Amino acid sequence: MKNAFPEGLRDRISAVLADSREARSALLPVLQLVQDERGFIGPEDEIAVAGLLGLKPVEVREVVTFYSMFRRLPAGRHLLQVCTNMSCTIKGGGRILDHFRVSLGIGPGETTGDGRFTLREVECLGACDRAPCLMIDKTLYSCRTPDEADDLLRKNAP
Amino acid sequence: MEEKPLTSAFDPAGARTLSAYRAGGGYAAARKAIEKMTPTAVAGEVKAANLRGRGGAGFPAGVKWGFVPQGDSGPKYLCVNADEGEPGTFKDRYILAHDPHLLLEGILIACYAVGIQEAFIYIRGEYEELARRLEEAISEAEVAGILGKNAFGSGFALDVRVRRGAGAYICGEETALLESLEGRRGQPRLKPPFPATVGLFGRPTVINNVETLANLPGIIARGAEWFMGLGRPGDGGTRLYGVSGSVVRPGVYELHIGTPLREIIFLHAGGLAPGRTLKAVIPGGMSSTILLPEEIDVAMDCASLTAAGTMIGSAGIIVLDDSVSMKTVLDRVTRFYAHESCGQCTPCRVGTSWIRRIVQRRNDGRPRAGDLDQIVRLAEAMSGRTFCPFGDAAALPVLGLIRKFRQELEA
Repeated sequence: MKNAFPEGLRDRISAVLADSREARSALLPVLQLVQDERGFIGPEDEIAVAGLLGLKPVEVREVVTFYSMFRRLPAGRHLLQVCTNMSCTIKGGGRILDHFRVSLGIGPGETTGDGRFTLREVECLGACDRAPCLMIDKTLYSCRTPDEADDLLRKNAP
Repeated sequence: MEEKPLTSAFDPAGARTLSAYRAGGGYAAARKAIEKMTPTAVAGEVKAANLRGRGGAGFPAGVKWGFVPQGDSGPKYLCVNADEGEPGTFKDRYILAHDPHLLLEGILIACYAVGIQEAFIYIRGEYEELARRLEEAISEAEVAGILGKNAFGSGFALDVRVRRGAGAYICGEETALLESLEGRRGQPRLKPPFPATVGLFGRPTVINNVETLANLPGIIARGAEWFMGLGRPGDGGTRLYGVSGSVVRPGVYELHIGTPLREIIFLHAGGLAPGRTLKAVIPGGMSSTILLPEEIDVAMDCASLTAAGTMIGSAGIIVLDDSVSMKTVLDRVTRFYAHESCGQCTPCRVGTSWIRRIVQRRNDGRPRAGDLDQIVRLAEAMSGRTFCPFGDAAALPVLGLIRKFRQELEA
């Protein structure tokens, strides 16, 4: 079985598998580990995961494509997620997204040419009291104005 | 001063550690349950407390536990629904961020009552930092001999694991959650059989929301009668009302069940910004039917909101003032459901995307006569015709918006 994963990642995957009643139930945690390590989940990663879990590659692909947080293409160093669901829209989330369109020159789903940022427009992040919400990588921020957005990027996404 | 049994000890600065939690009396209720009560007595107390599920459906938790078959010696599971994704809902985040041990103690009590030795906390992928904090709290409790092989030296064993979702609203539906935990696309199962008999890995499974479980320590420590006294007949306790949108003080407010909606908005959440007037309120997360200003003198409990033609759902209240266009509201609602439909049932897959295309065309300045009637027909064709409640959740808010704001939406 061809396997492209480095040793550290393989060890982490083995630990998850050892802790799972059925190998298939480890699929989401394993895909999360792969994406954390590699930045995305490519076709060769899907095949490698399928091999480790005893699944068909298509059984991995159908899961990767179902969940919106799995990425099938390389992303920028930092992931920016702007919520434009109801409470965030009311509080100006659309203005934050428009600001990024202009200042970064990319739309949702795109990555800047220098590979620094990938931008996503997302549904409710579960923090409506802090609307409008911006997630930078894995941390959530309240971001009310374009100036605040620039500030947050400077401090948290070098 | 109203009692706030869930949140009064929360530290605004962050999550309570195990030692802080125990210093405030934490884990005494679980210990009491395990050392001094039979599982049947614990379940009976919870049933008597009329604790309704806080996730959205409002089903009495004690009754749900009662559906798990007795005398089956094989594995049974508890799945904790921490997949908080209903737009306008952020109360479970509040518990997870401030008091992970309150949830863990609730899990321990529920598992003891039902005879479960393995629990999974399914938490939405976007809450990764909270998931890490939960894992730390689980380790703390294991080291202290509270979770793991031998709770309080009683011989009761319980393993708790955290599993993260990956960005699918539908996984908050209980059978989709099970599919996801098993490593599949989150597509709901046809019921029956219900998870209580055939759930995770085909075994009897209880699925409870975070806030539901967080109420258990209080019920065991202070009794069903006390808990019922906080709420309404058949609907005991307090609720974490999450208020967002056009209010001065958005936030989570723990208040007795049955607190009037108007009071929550205007007293607790500080009302509207100066000069603004109220236009509408979504009372229980995006899936609930919108209310007009003259409809908000309603008690926030399951029965009263159902009688008012809507539902309490997740108690996530979204307030809309006169600056908000109902076209924007319809746009966000229809975009959300089209995006999140899992695609399994044709009426929902086709209905949500067709409705979305009509709304999008109108946004693009190409309205046609009869559009709104067409949307109504599509929504009605979806409602009640799908495996899971998503079809209704997508249809009802759209129908409510068109019924109550037709003139503005037509314009």
